[in-house]
Amino acid sequence: MTTDASTIDSIDPGQPEHSDTVAIQAFGFWIYLMTDLVLFAAIFATYAVLGQNYAGGPTGKDLFDLPYAFVETMFLLFSSATCGLVMLAMYKGRKGWVLTGLAVTFLLGLGFIAMEINEFYHMILDGNGPERSAFLSAFFTLVGTHGAHVIFGLIWMAVMMGQVAVKGFTTPVQSRLMRLSMFWHFLDIVWIGLFTFVYLMGVM
Amino acid sequence: MFGKLSLSAIPYESPITMGAVGGAMLLGVLILALITYFRKWPYLWKEWLTSLDPKRIGIMYIILALVMLLRGFSDAILMRSQQVLAVGASQGFLPPDHFNQIFGAHGSIMIVFMAMPFLAGLMNIVIPQQIGSRDVAFPFLNAVSLWLTVAGAILVMVSLGVGEFSKAGWSGYAPLTERQYSPGTGVDYWIWSFQIAGAASLMSGINFLVTILKMRAPGMKLMRMPMFVWTTLVTNVLMIFAFPVLTVALFLLTLDRYLGMHFFTNELGGNMMMYTNLFWIWGHPEVYIVILPAFGIFSEVVATFSGKRLFGYTSLVYATVAIMVLSFCVWLHHFFTMGASPNVNIVFGISTMMIAVPTGVKIFNWLFTMYRGRIRFTTPMYWTLAFISTFAIGGMTGVLLSVPPADYVLHNSLFLIAHFHNMLIPGTLFGFFAGYAYWFPKAIGFPLNEKWGKRAFWCWLIGFYLAFIPLYVLGFMGMPRRMQHFENPAWHPYLIIAAVGSAVIALGILFQMIQLLVSIRERHANRDLTGDPWDGRTLEWSTASPPAVYNFAEIPVVHDIDAFWDRKEKGVAYKQPERYHDIQMPMNTSKGLLIGVFTFLFGFAMVWSIWWLAILGALGMIFMVIARACDDDTEYVISTAEVAKIENERYRQLRT
Repeated sequence: MTTDASTIDSIDPGQPEHSDTVAIQAFGFWIYLMTDLVLFAAIFATYAVLGQNYAGGPTGKDLFDLPYAFVETMFLLFSSATCGLVMLAMYKGRKGWVLTGLAVTFLLGLGFIAMEINEFYHMILDGNGPERSAFLSAFFTLVGTHGAHVIFGLIWMAVMMGQVAVKGFTTPVQSRLMRLSMFWHFLDIVWIGLFTFVYLMGVM
Repeated sequence: MFGKLSLSAIPYESPITMGAVGGAMLLGVLILALITYFRKWPYLWKEWLTSLDPKRIGIMYIILALVMLLRGFSDAILMRSQQVLAVGASQGFLPPDHFNQIFGAHGSIMIVFMAMPFLAGLMNIVIPQQIGSRDVAFPFLNAVSLWLTVAGAILVMVSLGVGEFSKAGWSGYAPLTERQYSPGTGVDYWIWSFQIAGAASLMSGINFLVTILKMRAPGMKLMRMPMFVWTTLVTNVLMIFAFPVLTVALFLLTLDRYLGMHFFTNELGGNMMMYTNLFWIWGHPEVYIVILPAFGIFSEVVATFSGKRLFGYTSLVYATVAIMVLSFCVWLHHFFTMGASPNVNIVFGISTMMIAVPTGVKIFNWLFTMYRGRIRFTTPMYWTLAFISTFAIGGMTGVLLSVPPADYVLHNSLFLIAHFHNMLIPGTLFGFFAGYAYWFPKAIGFPLNEKWGKRAFWCWLIGFYLAFIPLYVLGFMGMPRRMQHFENPAWHPYLIIAAVGSAVIALGILFQMIQLLVSIRERHANRDLTGDPWDGRTLEWSTASPPAVYNFAEIPVVHDIDAFWDRKEKGVAYKQPERYHDIQMPMNTSKGLLIGVFTFLFGFAMVWSIWWLAILGALGMIFMVIARACDDDTEYVISTAEVAKIENERYRQLRT
C-alpha cells in the first residue's frame, strides 16, 4: 500500500476495493489466534499455580494413563496431518480429495473428543471430578477448554464440508478453509503444550 | 421451567429501586410510543439497527454510553447523599444491602458500559475517516460487537428490577463472590454482563487493529498516522492481550459458582489471590485502554485549536508505546497488601513510578504545541486545558500511592478513590467529552452549542474539585472506601462538600442535555456545509458532514502527518475529481442484532438457571454465525452515477 506517491494526489480505485479481502481476513484470524493463545496462557498459569494443590486427593501420578493420552495425542496429530493434505488438495482444486480429507480429519478429531470424554467420565465416576480439589478443577478446565475448542472446530469442519460440496472452491470458501486449517493446527500446538505440561510432567 | 426466577425476584419492598425501575420503564414506553406514532420503525430498522456503517454504529455506541452515564451517575448521587445522611445515630436512606449493590453497579457501569462504548463509538466514527478508508476490516463483526455490548448493558439494567446486582464491588474479589458468600443472583448478573461486554471489546480490538494496520490510505506510513489513530492502535493491542485474561478470570469464577470447582475458594486448595492477580492483569491495562485514546483526542484538539502541528509527534508516539509496555508490568500495585515479599513490591512500585515519565513527556508535548500558537478557546479546548492541569494532580497522587509503605497506609481508603477518579474523570471522561464536541459536527452535520457547552464544562470542572479533593483529605483522615454508615463526626463536613460537588456535576449534566436540545433546535441555522468547521488538519475533515456512506469517493494519497492541512496548503483540498467509480459497500443485515438478542437471552437464562433458555440462546447464536458464514452475497455496489450525484451536491454546497 505504500507506493511512492509524491506526484499523485489520489488513487484510481478502478477495481472493487476489497480485492485483498482474503489477506485481511487471514491477518485478522492470526490476531484472533493470538488472543486465544493468551486465554490458554492464563489457564496454563492457573494450572501452574494450583496444579500441586491436591487437598489430600489423588495426584496426577494416580490418575493419568500415559499410553491412553498418547493414543489421544496421535489422533490429534494425525488429524493435523490430514488437514494439511486437505489444503494441498484444495490448491490443486481436487474436490473429492478435499471432502474425503475433511471427513478423515473430522473422524480423527471426533475420536480424540470421544477419548477425552471417556477419560473425564471415568474420573468423575471414581469420585475424582473437578470439585474434588483445586488441582482437578484446573485439570478439567484446562483440558476441557481445549476440548471445547476442538468441538467448535468440528462444527466448523462440518459446515465447510457442506460449503465445499455445494459451492465448490469459491474465493470465500477457500479463505474459510485456510482459516479452519490455521485453527486446527493451532489446537494441535496447544495440545502439545498440554500433553507435556499436564500429562508428561504430571506422572513424573 | 423458570429456574430460580419467580415473582419474588422483583424488589417491591425497596421504594427507591421501584421508583427507578418505574421511571426507566415509563421512559422506555414513551420512546417506543413516539417511534410508533411517528412511524419511524422502518427508518430505524433500515438505517440504524441493521446498519453496518461504522459511523452509524459509532453513534449508537455513544447513545448507549450517554444513557449509561446517566445511570452510573445516579448511583454516584445516591452514594454521596447516603454518606451525608448516615452519620452517628442516623442510618440514612439506603440499607447496607442496597448500598453495596450501588457502589458495585457504579464502577461496573462507568468502566465497562460508559467508558468502553464511548471509546468504541469514537473509534468507529473517526478511525476509518482518519486513515482514509471507506470501512473497517470486518463490518459484520463490528455490528456484533455493538449488539453484544448492548446485550450486556441491558443485563445490568434488568438486574435493577429483576433480582439484584453484585454486592461485591466492580472488581468482584473472591472468595466474597463465591456461591458460599454470595448465594444470590447479583454476582451472576455481574459475571455475565462483564463476560458478554468483554467479548465485544475483544472483537472490537481485533477489528480496529486490522483496520489500522491494513486499510490505511496510500502514503500513510505508520509515522504519518494521526495521533488518535496511534493511541487507538496501542489501545487495541492492549485489548487483545488483556481481555482474554478477564474472560478467563470470570470463566473460572463461573465454574466455581456453577459447578462447585475450587479455583478461588477457601477450601480444597483454592487460591483467592489467583483471582485478584488475573483480574488486575486485565484491570490495569484496562485503565490505559480507556485513557490512551483520550490522550489521542487531546492531541488532535490541541493541534487543531492552536493552529499548529503537534509538537514532538515522534516522542508522543514513543511515549504511548512505552505506556503500552509498562501497563502490563504494574498490575500488582493494586494489591501491595497481598503480602508478597518487599522485593516484589519494590519492582512493581518502581515500574509504576516509571509510567509517570512517558506521561510527563506527553504533558510537555501538549504544552509546547500551544506555545506561540493562535489558540482558539472552544469547548474541546476547555476540556483539554482542564485535563492537563487536573490530570497532573492525579498523576502525582498516583506516584505517591506507588510507594509500597505509603500504599499500606492509604490502601482501601478514600484517598485511593480520589486518586483514580482524578485520573479517569479528567483523563478519560473529559477526553471523550472533548471528542464528543470536536467530532459532533462531523458525525451529525451541525455543531453543538458552545455557550451551553462551556456552562456544562465549568460545572463539571468545579464540581469535580469539590467532589474529590475532600476525598483526599478523608483518605488521610483514615476513612475507608465503600462505607454505608460511619461514626466519626470529623469526616462529616468533607462529605457534605463532596455531595455539593456531585450536585454541581449534576447541573453540568443537565446543561449538557440542554446543550443537545438547543443544538438540535438551531440545527438549520448552524448546518456545517464545508465538512471542516474547525479548520482541521486530518483527513476526517475532508469529507462531508455527515459523510457519505462510503466516506471518500476517491481514496486520498497522504504526504504528511497533517494530511488534510497539507492538501489545503497545496490548494488541492477541494478539487473535484473529474470522474468517479463504482463503490462496493457491505449490505445491511439483521444477524448482528439477532446475535445480540440471543446473547442477552443466554446471559439472562444463565443468571437464573433457566437451562432450556440458555441452550436455546446458545444454539441461536451458533445458528446465526453459521448462517452468516454461509452467505457470500454480502456487498452491494453504489453506481458511478449515484456517487457523482452525491459528490456534485457536496461540491455545490462547498461553493455556496
